[in-house]
Amino acid sequence: MKKFLLASTIMAGLTGAAFADGHELKMGVILGFTGPIESLTPDMASAAELAMKETAGEVLDGKTIVSVRGDSTCTDAAAATAAAERLITSDGVVGIMGADCSGVTTAIANNVGIPNGVVMVSPSATSPALSTIEDKGFFFRTAPSDARQGQVLADILKDKGITNVAVTFTNNDYGKGLEASFKAAFEASGGKVAISAAHEDGKADYSAEVGALAAAGAEHLAVFGYVDQGGKGIIQTSLDTGAFEKFILADGMIGESLIAAIGEDLNGTIGTLPGSESAGAAKFKEVASAAGLAKNDGPFMPESYDAAALMILAMQAAGSSDRAAIQSNMMGVANAPGEKILPGELVKALGILKSGGQVDYEGASNVTFTDVGEAAGSYKELVVKGGKFETVKIR
Amino acid sequence: MIDFLNALVLFANFVFVPGLAYGSQLALGALGITLLYSILRFANFAHGDLMAFGTMFVVLLTWWFQSLGLSLGPLPTALLALPIGVAITAVFALLTDRLVYQHYRKVKAPPIRMVMASVGVMFLMNAIVRFIIGPNDQNFFDGQRFLIKARAFKKATGLNEGLAIKASQMLTVVVAILLVAALFWFLNRTRTGKSMRAFSDNEDLALLSGISPQKVVMVTWIIAAGLATIAGTLYGLDKSFKPFTYFQLLLPMFAAAIVGGVGNPVGAILGGFVVAFSEVTVTYAYKKLFTYLAPQQWAPEGLMQLLSTDYKFAVSFIILVVVLLVRPTGLLKGKVI
Repeated sequence: MKKFLLASTIMAGLTGAAFADGHELKMGVILGFTGPIESLTPDMASAAELAMKETAGEVLDGKTIVSVRGDSTCTDAAAATAAAERLITSDGVVGIMGADCSGVTTAIANNVGIPNGVVMVSPSATSPALSTIEDKGFFFRTAPSDARQGQVLADILKDKGITNVAVTFTNNDYGKGLEASFKAAFEASGGKVAISAAHEDGKADYSAEVGALAAAGAEHLAVFGYVDQGGKGIIQTSLDTGAFEKFILADGMIGESLIAAIGEDLNGTIGTLPGSESAGAAKFKEVASAAGLAKNDGPFMPESYDAAALMILAMQAAGSSDRAAIQSNMMGVANAPGEKILPGELVKALGILKSGGQVDYEGASNVTFTDVGEAAGSYKELVVKGGKFETVKIR
Repeated sequence: MIDFLNALVLFANFVFVPGLAYGSQLALGALGITLLYSILRFANFAHGDLMAFGTMFVVLLTWWFQSLGLSLGPLPTALLALPIGVAITAVFALLTDRLVYQHYRKVKAPPIRMVMASVGVMFLMNAIVRFIIGPNDQNFFDGQRFLIKARAFKKATGLNEGLAIKASQMLTVVVAILLVAALFWFLNRTRTGKSMRAFSDNEDLALLSGISPQKVVMVTWIIAAGLATIAGTLYGLDKSFKPFTYFQLLLPMFAAAIVGGVGNPVGAILGGFVVAFSEVTVTYAYKKLFTYLAPQQWAPEGLMQLLSTDYKFAVSFIILVVVLLVRPTGLLKGKVI
């Protein structure tokens, strides 16, 4: 029985490899299709797959990149690692677009991605800790580090004259990292964090947490959590008990499902989301609508598109689908010098690379990698107005 | 004087009202556990999942009624679905008794075996609930959400602090009072209720005087299933329905039953409130309250919070351990009914 299993695994591996030698190359898309951000991930995945569709039959010598999805669950490191393992060893993916949440992304990078020498580009893992992991150059992200988001949030509050806030964060790498960077930046600019308390996701009742937050006496509550999870519960309970009426949200809390669940009480809420209003962002919306995607403007969709596009361009620049060759070309295609490339121009970029030219991929989110391979980061300042998130300005 | 009123409202809003509602929900659950313990003589570990099971049917029926356009106006539609949910759960409870527990009674198995059997039943129900409705949060509340809104209260009274009373909290307390009154009337005044008490006092004597054990067991299961479904539905309306949180409720419910004195219905109710209020008061941060009550210069720097809210469940554990060590019979003597 064991031998049979072994034999069939090898066969599957071989056929997978044989398949990859044909006209298709596989790229892993690992996102939390179940779990606390499950309402965001389908759109993120289809944005990444849009870049693959756009370049179908054009990569290298006429190859098509196809996506293989894996579930990161956003919270369960073991499950995410297993999913990544499967993609890398049995599907033989050339690179991984993902993962999404910081904790599982770190786990996948350390356990599977880096040891196997596979390039990972995360569109949404924002923990500051990921800037300093020993990644041997294999981990990239098109999302900026929260060290930056904390600073941006602090700047917004300073501009609005808000000097005293209560902070609650989801009890994981993302929440803690963002809380620490926000607190440092906010206190440096003269603000005061009245109370900073973690919350656990997935509870039925947050009245005790909200009671403690309210007792500190701040008027504004900053929520660094997840939109389909504890973050929503905290906001609902705060409004129910009248503890807080004004909220400050970080990127994990930006989603239309929040407005749908809470309603008009959310008007006036401010928030930040990585992104820009650049020509690339507008172009991405066009391309996404033209391709018939369900949404053309969801959280982390531009970053997801860019993550996949960068790997495809790096592959072309390398002239091979070898994993290490992709890695050594990532920085080159993302940064200057070269011709600027916007969404929808991937085929043009492939052409330039084929003829020996250079590209500087700008993409949907204005990508420029810092020397540790992460987006330098511009953020949209959002405000909820008439039941919608509206962009006030770019920071 | 104004400061004192503010402090009072603050306390009511964040401690008293939520504690009262949560306590009523726990009390109803603990009553079921205590009844089963005194009559069937085993601790039913499947009680939390029995709650989830019953509530699941209420949720499904509520959705169906909503799609048909049925509603109770300002009251939640779930009340309409509740009687049917109770009936289904009672049938299911009787079925598990017939299939599982009856066998152990027949062979006169020691209580610990029944307890272990109930753990098995717990996992089974757990799986059935997840299979049918899934592990996620389900919202089935409709109708009017608030009796008093915090903002409106502030405006009306001119106080700094707002008081919010949710319709679901009021509903919980009212239903709990009615249910407890009905239960005590039943136990003390009706023939069946009296035979249940006799059975729990002395099984052999009860049998000799012609009380049918089948009937007593049946009625007990029906009452326990009803209480569990109603408690679960009220909890779900007030908070939200998620199978895992119902499983977690098992601990505070058992703590409540034991603190009050297992087998004593009044104790179960008392225990429910003791556990609920301990959880809320121990994890509340008293800084603001203290600032209202004490002179200005005494204003504390810290939050004056005894335990972080993360340790809420630890409170039930601590109470359980302390009571078992210091007063194993519970606050009220755990004499059977």
